[in-house]
Amino acid sequence: MSGLEQWNWYLDGWIIVAGILCAVSSALLGNFLVLRKMSMLGDAITHAILPGLAAAFMISDSRSSLPMFLGAVIAGILTALFTEWIRGFGKVDEGAAMGVVFTSLFALGLVMIVQAADHVDLDPGCVLYGAIELTPLDTILIAGWEIPRVVVVLSIVLLINLLFVIFFLKELKLSSFDPALATTTGFNSTIIHYALMTLVAITAVASFETVGNILVVAMFIVPPAAAYMLTDRLGTMIVISAILATLAAATGHISAITVPRWFGYQSTSTAGMMAVAAGLLFAVAALFAPRHGIVVVLIRRQILAWKILAEDIIALMYRIEERNPQLKPDATYLREILFSQSVPTSLTLRYLTKHGQLSDSNGNYELTETGRDHARQLVRSHRLWEHYLVEHAGMSAENIHKQAEKLEHFTDRQLREKLNEDTIATDQDPHGRPIPPEEKTN
Amino acid sequence: MNNKQNPAHTPQVELPPEETPVSVYDLTVAYHRKPVIWDVSFEIPPGKLVGIVGPNGAGKSTLIKAIMGLIPKASGRVQIFGKPYQKNRHRVGYVPQRESVDWDFPVDALDVVTMGLYKEIGWCLPVRKKHRARAMEALERVGIADYAHRQISQLSGGQQQRTFLARALVQNADLYLMDEPFAAVDAATEKAIVQILQEMKQAGKTALVIHHDLQTVPEYFDYVILLNMRVIDHGLTAEVFTPENLQKTYGGRLTLLEEATETMRRREQSL
Repeated sequence: MSGLEQWNWYLDGWIIVAGILCAVSSALLGNFLVLRKMSMLGDAITHAILPGLAAAFMISDSRSSLPMFLGAVIAGILTALFTEWIRGFGKVDEGAAMGVVFTSLFALGLVMIVQAADHVDLDPGCVLYGAIELTPLDTILIAGWEIPRVVVVLSIVLLINLLFVIFFLKELKLSSFDPALATTTGFNSTIIHYALMTLVAITAVASFETVGNILVVAMFIVPPAAAYMLTDRLGTMIVISAILATLAAATGHISAITVPRWFGYQSTSTAGMMAVAAGLLFAVAALFAPRHGIVVVLIRRQILAWKILAEDIIALMYRIEERNPQLKPDATYLREILFSQSVPTSLTLRYLTKHGQLSDSNGNYELTETGRDHARQLVRSHRLWEHYLVEHAGMSAENIHKQAEKLEHFTDRQLREKLNEDTIATDQDPHGRPIPPEEKTN
Repeated sequence: MNNKQNPAHTPQVELPPEETPVSVYDLTVAYHRKPVIWDVSFEIPPGKLVGIVGPNGAGKSTLIKAIMGLIPKASGRVQIFGKPYQKNRHRVGYVPQRESVDWDFPVDALDVVTMGLYKEIGWCLPVRKKHRARAMEALERVGIADYAHRQISQLSGGQQQRTFLARALVQNADLYLMDEPFAAVDAATEKAIVQILQEMKQAGKTALVIHHDLQTVPEYFDYVILLNMRVIDHGLTAEVFTPENLQKTYGGRLTLLEEATETMRRREQSL
């Protein structure tokens, strides 16, 4: 029972199209909400359009589109204005100001809608969570094609948003990044701000029949937030956010049909699943983002830990050789000095042997020529640093070993040369041990 | 109380107003009715490097923001080359304080510099190759062309500051306002910035620079404004940058004045 045997290309196709249109038009604007750190304002506006919608219902006594649109857009813009005012007058920070404005307006809207529901054919649940499943039922004829009304409306909104982002990309970028420069160079960032907020309100109104008043916030914020983690470039971020929004809408609808059936339930809300899918995509981005992704950071840290262990081992071998050239230590001997775990140590020893830095004769290890070269450079770095720390950083000889132990792993030849210039007067570290030369001496 | 300040040390040659880069008359700016700068008046001569010094909270950034019309004035008047800021803003370049920049914003150094040309490009028109080439030239001039495509958080403090300096350069302004360009930069960058300031000066430009390091003031600036809520003194560095003036600026934080304002504010609020 996958649920897909009831798949109907006409019905489900239109639902997915509506979902994608809604998600992409929201995500386009959402990029700038995220970058301006105004996600909360997006949230506030989408909630606060509710009383506007309700008032329009009550006045026009119908679900006709134009008054609804106007009422809601006005309410949305008022939210943005009120937020500014309260912040200016009341010494309240922006978050609190928005909390005050949008919960009050939202509650007012809810009260009005429950009232209106007695007179008008209007379901509060549908306002809040949308009714994307009903999309294909309400169609209009365009050039002989029966196209769902919602799809037509959302296409127009998507087009407007797309044109806005394309034509004002430069202005949006500047006013988001540096509103001061924008204003002082004549790109009035207040105007750009309210243009953006107006479009957010329009998009939210257009989306409310699809994903509802609450879930549209997810469409605004989640795909751009995920895209933000995946790239360093604004253009790429916008494109990725649109792709993620599309994915979320499509997988959202498909999983709304299929997933509940795996557990023996009926299909669930597509809008809800779209938001869940967006959330999952965000989680994947958070895990695997190239620079700050959790998994990537873990892997990078692990690789670094292994690299350091490998270097510690060969540096130790070098020091052992210095004291007693006859001694060929085994794994246990090394582990006792390095306080390292047995599995990583033996793995690293195997790695070093395989890469020709160590030679292994029945569990007793010895540096190869290559290994000795590498080790000498490490020990050289270590002792140069010790010398430098005492001489230039004013540290005492007892405290420097740990520091130098860390620094030696991040010191390249160039840095060693600079250190060497500072320590030209000596070839001994502060503990009286020789600083080995950069190149092998015969 | 002595309300009239700023004894003029040098009898200045009267310049026509359109040649005075900045003139500020009786400027007062307040946040929530608490004045941050109070009755500030000064004029700066053209073609000079002008330092603004004063303790934290003296209102230095506020002064620059008020000059640019970014925050409302409680009273007073600001003129840029003899006209209100709005009329002459094309002649002003600006380097923001590093704390006010969102370093994680998805832009690279070249993008940031290009922003200095947006005004010239105009509304809705795209950035073209020639604009990017000019931005690149500016990055070369400040010595970080190699880092043009690094996201700005991936630059060192000095490189970040140079990026914003390059942006000011492409603006090709006559007056530059800089909010602590020397903050968190390495010695090489500091040298490079000074060098560029000197070049600007040679080209007849004026720079108004907020500066923290008192030791370098006489070396870097021809003219200095000592600010602590009000202007303690302003004039040629050699004349006004004296121990007594510094004592007045940094020691004793104008306690009486502060107290009086505080009382005034409370009384007004309780009305």
